[in-house]
Amino acid sequence: MTTLAPPPAPEAPPELNLLGKTGEPIRERLFRWMLMACLGVGLVTLVVLLTYVVLKGWPRLDSRLFTEMPSSISPDTAGAQSAIMGTLWIMFFTALWSLPVGILSAIYLEEYGNSARWWNRLIEINLLNLAAVPSIVFGILGLAFISRGLGFGPTVLTGSLTLALLVLPVVVIASREAIRAVPQSIRAGSLALGATKWQTIWRQVLPAAIPGISTGAILALSRAIGEAAPLLMLGVSFVRFNPDGLLSDFTTLPVQIYGWTSEARSEYQVLAAAASVVLLIILLAMNSVAIYIRNKTQKRW
Amino acid sequence: MSINVDKRAAAAGTPGFLRQQRSRFGEKVIFAILLTAALVSVATTLGIVVSLFVPAAEFFNEVPIGQFLTGTEWSPTFANPEFGVLPLVVGTLLTTLIASIVALPLGLGSAIYLSEYAGDRLRRVLKPMLEVLAGIPTVIYGFFALTLVTPFLRWLIPGGGDVPTIFNTLSAGLVMGVMIIPTVASLSEDAMAAVPNGLRQGAFALGSNKRQVSTRVVVPAALSGISAAFILGISRAIGETMIVAMAGGAIPNMSWNPLEFHQTMTAFIAQTAGGDISTGTTIYKTIFAVGALLFVFTFLMNMVSIRLVRKYREVYE
Repeated sequence: MTTLAPPPAPEAPPELNLLGKTGEPIRERLFRWMLMACLGVGLVTLVVLLTYVVLKGWPRLDSRLFTEMPSSISPDTAGAQSAIMGTLWIMFFTALWSLPVGILSAIYLEEYGNSARWWNRLIEINLLNLAAVPSIVFGILGLAFISRGLGFGPTVLTGSLTLALLVLPVVVIASREAIRAVPQSIRAGSLALGATKWQTIWRQVLPAAIPGISTGAILALSRAIGEAAPLLMLGVSFVRFNPDGLLSDFTTLPVQIYGWTSEARSEYQVLAAAASVVLLIILLAMNSVAIYIRNKTQKRW
Repeated sequence: MSINVDKRAAAAGTPGFLRQQRSRFGEKVIFAILLTAALVSVATTLGIVVSLFVPAAEFFNEVPIGQFLTGTEWSPTFANPEFGVLPLVVGTLLTTLIASIVALPLGLGSAIYLSEYAGDRLRRVLKPMLEVLAGIPTVIYGFFALTLVTPFLRWLIPGGGDVPTIFNTLSAGLVMGVMIIPTVASLSEDAMAAVPNGLRQGAFALGSNKRQVSTRVVVPAALSGISAAFILGISRAIGETMIVAMAGGAIPNMSWNPLEFHQTMTAFIAQTAGGDISTGTTIYKTIFAVGALLFVFTFLMNMVSIRLVRKYREVYE
């Protein structure tokens, strides 16, 4: 019996070695490092960009930015009050136009539109395409139809309508995803209790989809307030007053940043950087709210 | 019993046998409102087409379309205007090429890392960080390109007469490329996530390592989605305006040297429309002619991209 002792020790290691980790071959490791480097380029650029903008704008990141109006004569007394106010006005009205239309479209496509019908497929493909149309083309639309066609000029109304059309596909696509995530059993339960289709949507589906929809809405609006190209198309230029109504001229932070960057004097570059920081802070705040809503209300069905 | 109800409900979309025979008046009104809202986006596309192509057609009555598409001189504001769009097309293609060289490999590499290598927790940190890049306004990228990247390039590439000019296409293209990385990465990663795990496990069982699984199984299997991501990225580069308008210059240029300034199609539109030009003049119509060309370019690419995405969805879902 003792002859059937466990196998000799020297045989074990190679067998274990075959099945176990052999250590990462050099080509494997190089490949993984290469992939990490790909990701690293983007992240490092992000850090460099943010650091640069903050450092460059630091000398002018003071209260003058909020209390003074833009000026192309004296950089010392120039601020961005009208641009900040214009950005807020534009954000409010863009939301007012795009959110109802976008959410209603999403309800139609998810709850009513049968995607076997050609017109519903057309609406869907059209939305995907619109989402990728360059923003400047929306500017051309706004210029031809709203600003000059309807004669509204470069006003808050024209700007917000143009931007609302621009972000509409984003709102619809995000809202559709949120509505789709509501389980079918909720609808079936509501209908089984005698609710009509609209009652089901209004009282069951929409409340459940609101967190997802608001996340999408905030992301859409943060795209809208960062846009400069379509507004430049409309003829939006620097004004030294805050908007006081829909038919008032306006300027926004991106337009102001563009204007200051084009100025020759270096003080204006500092102002452009400072205004960029303000814009980034507004965007950061909006995105934090979106993430907070998503984390707070994440529901497991 | 309840199972029966569920099945019939799922089959019909709604439990038809429970519904009233005629739907209520209010429900019909609501349906009409919803349909109208959905048609706004279709009307937008029609509006874009009409607003671009009607003035563009008028423009081509004044300037022959052949001359527009093949001319090599673009000087619409001069006393003796020339309307050859090729210099603007060269500017657009050159910037797009540089941006693609940056964004496509880096975007794909990032996507492979996020999808195949990074663990769940790491991905949840890295992906949103990468997506912040896509959320930064393009005007800030333009500022960054003009005031930091361009001086850096001018310091980096000294030499005889070939110093990058203050406005140069290289700087605009590089920064635009970084901006597009998240677009490419996020769509490619979606496509790779849709590849069934069975394919990966099969390859591992045959003795492949992670690199081989990634490059020989996952990437080929996700190829239609990755191509869609590439095409969408290129389409974004063609349509991007602020970076090229701020850092690329405002003078048309037929040269293919990326160290020189170029005006792109988008930059021309933005820089021209910003001025005080009166409706109905030839220069006003050039905006729409160039815009129409831009729209046709991007529209074709978007359509190809949408088709490719549908293809991989059909295969794996």
